[in-house]
Amino acid sequence: MTVPALETQQLEKHFGGLVATRDVTFRLNPGARHALIGPNGAGKTTFVNLLSGVLPPTRGQIKLNGEDITRLRPDLRVKKGLARTFQINQLFKELTPRETLGIAVAQRLGMGGRMWGRFARDPEIALETEALLASFKLGDVADMRTASLAYGKQRLLEIAVAIAGKPKVLLLDEPAAGVPEAERHDILGVVAALPADVAVLLIEHDMDLVFAFADRITVLVEGAQLVDGTPAEIAADPRVKAVYLGSGDHV
Amino acid sequence: MTEGRAVPAAGETPTGMEWRRRRTVLEVLFWVAAFAAIVLLPRRLLLLNEIAILGLFALSLDLILGYAGIVSLGHAAFFGVGAYAAGLMLLHVHTDPLLALVAAAITAGVLGLITAFLVMRGTDLTRIMVTLGVALLLGEAANKARDLTGGADGLQGITAAPVFGLFRFDLAGRTAYVLSLSVLLVLFLVARRLAASPFGMTLRTIRDNPLRAAAIGVPVNRRLLTVYTIAAIYAGIAGGLLAVTTQFVSLDVFEFARSADVMLVLILGGTGYLYGGILGAIVFKVLSDVLSTLTPQYWHFWIGLLLVVLMVVGRDRISGWFKRRETRP
Repeated sequence: MTVPALETQQLEKHFGGLVATRDVTFRLNPGARHALIGPNGAGKTTFVNLLSGVLPPTRGQIKLNGEDITRLRPDLRVKKGLARTFQINQLFKELTPRETLGIAVAQRLGMGGRMWGRFARDPEIALETEALLASFKLGDVADMRTASLAYGKQRLLEIAVAIAGKPKVLLLDEPAAGVPEAERHDILGVVAALPADVAVLLIEHDMDLVFAFADRITVLVEGAQLVDGTPAEIAADPRVKAVYLGSGDHV
Repeated sequence: MTEGRAVPAAGETPTGMEWRRRRTVLEVLFWVAAFAAIVLLPRRLLLLNEIAILGLFALSLDLILGYAGIVSLGHAAFFGVGAYAAGLMLLHVHTDPLLALVAAAITAGVLGLITAFLVMRGTDLTRIMVTLGVALLLGEAANKARDLTGGADGLQGITAAPVFGLFRFDLAGRTAYVLSLSVLLVLFLVARRLAASPFGMTLRTIRDNPLRAAAIGVPVNRRLLTVYTIAAIYAGIAGGLLAVTTQFVSLDVFEFARSADVMLVLILGGTGYLYGGILGAIVFKVLSDVLSTLTPQYWHFWIGLLLVVLMVVGRDRISGWFKRRETRP
């Protein structure tokens, strides 16, 4: 059995009396296309925050490539190859996409602490930044202030920033949330074209996207894992239909 | 990527380059004017010296506020420690002015390193209170430690030897101003290198969004620690310059008003482009000089009014000229 790219054991998170994550034992295989679904308030984003280190868990363990990262700082998890995007854009509003991606690349190359040399002149950073801008369709807005970009472009940048870190595991928190229909296509294209060796955990409400994307699906309800299986198994599962899919007309 | 095509450097655009050229011309003019003032304004050199010191102090605050987003209302802590360190050095150890500045830098830097841990935790309000508290504590400590600091009487009888053994401190303030301005220029150039470096860019990510900064692997606390220490060194050198050039240090170096004034200066000049502190210092000192002659009692009223007007009209229209903010593709 291969070492999972990312796994949790009996992971729990309590906020006072509220249990946001309840005894979740979860496994993400290397190169997987895994979706995490569940009704609103199921604790999906809390789960991602635990995995990425934004929140400390109350109990349980998180392992990245077999290594315990439960208490590791967020930036060190990134260094070990765990990247994420945010459901609500978390971008550098005053910087341009070119600067944003450039910094992400510089940080990955271990140059983020350098006090000498102009950041803007480094050819290695510039080349890779240019390639990222092109593959995420951000070339035409590369030098605009991020705050002034169209929402869809900001969502693309959100994913591009994570990819700039060349992660082994990528957590995508509702990448297409709130994106107008016309710009949705670009996001879906980018998600579909993610590097095959990257294990992706997709949190998503849109069932068309989930079933088109995932080779495995985990259903979270009230913080606990309800069921985990292939898309076909999930679609056929009566419990999932009951709590989540309702009439099941999407599947 | 087509082969042989020039790759635009990160953050570089044609309009950006055009802007850069214009800025360089302005900058050279600015510094030439600053040094020409030695000859052109021989009777205002003491004021100019104060401006250069305040400008350096504000530059220091800009490093943490404008680049890393750390709000401090106790920046005088480092200024004061630098001033006393330089004063004590001159008084008891050696009268060389540059050695005194080194002592100021080291002492303030160590204090910065220690207190940086306090500002890493918490957000704006906590930081304001913590920095304020540190400055008040140090002011009171200096007041109590009479044997060392002279208490309320201040450090008296300081003498500084000529700079490089050549340039004697004169009553007109010529040597004082040349020294302060030279130090300011050197530290300004260093600050600009820092700001343009990858390190400087990661600071800006922290200012904009610490959550995402950590999510791209930026060690947020380590960066804050580093920049806070650098800023403390800058502020300490500013304080040291005051001690060296006026050859006197008193408790007012720690005063809350000093911390508040430097914040005001930076708000007047604008944050995040390094010239804000210097321009703000010029405006603040010249205005207060003019106004305090006209209305000795109420000059703070006019400074206050100016501040309100700036906030309403939008300072960005003035400082925007210096900043690169391309919003057009």
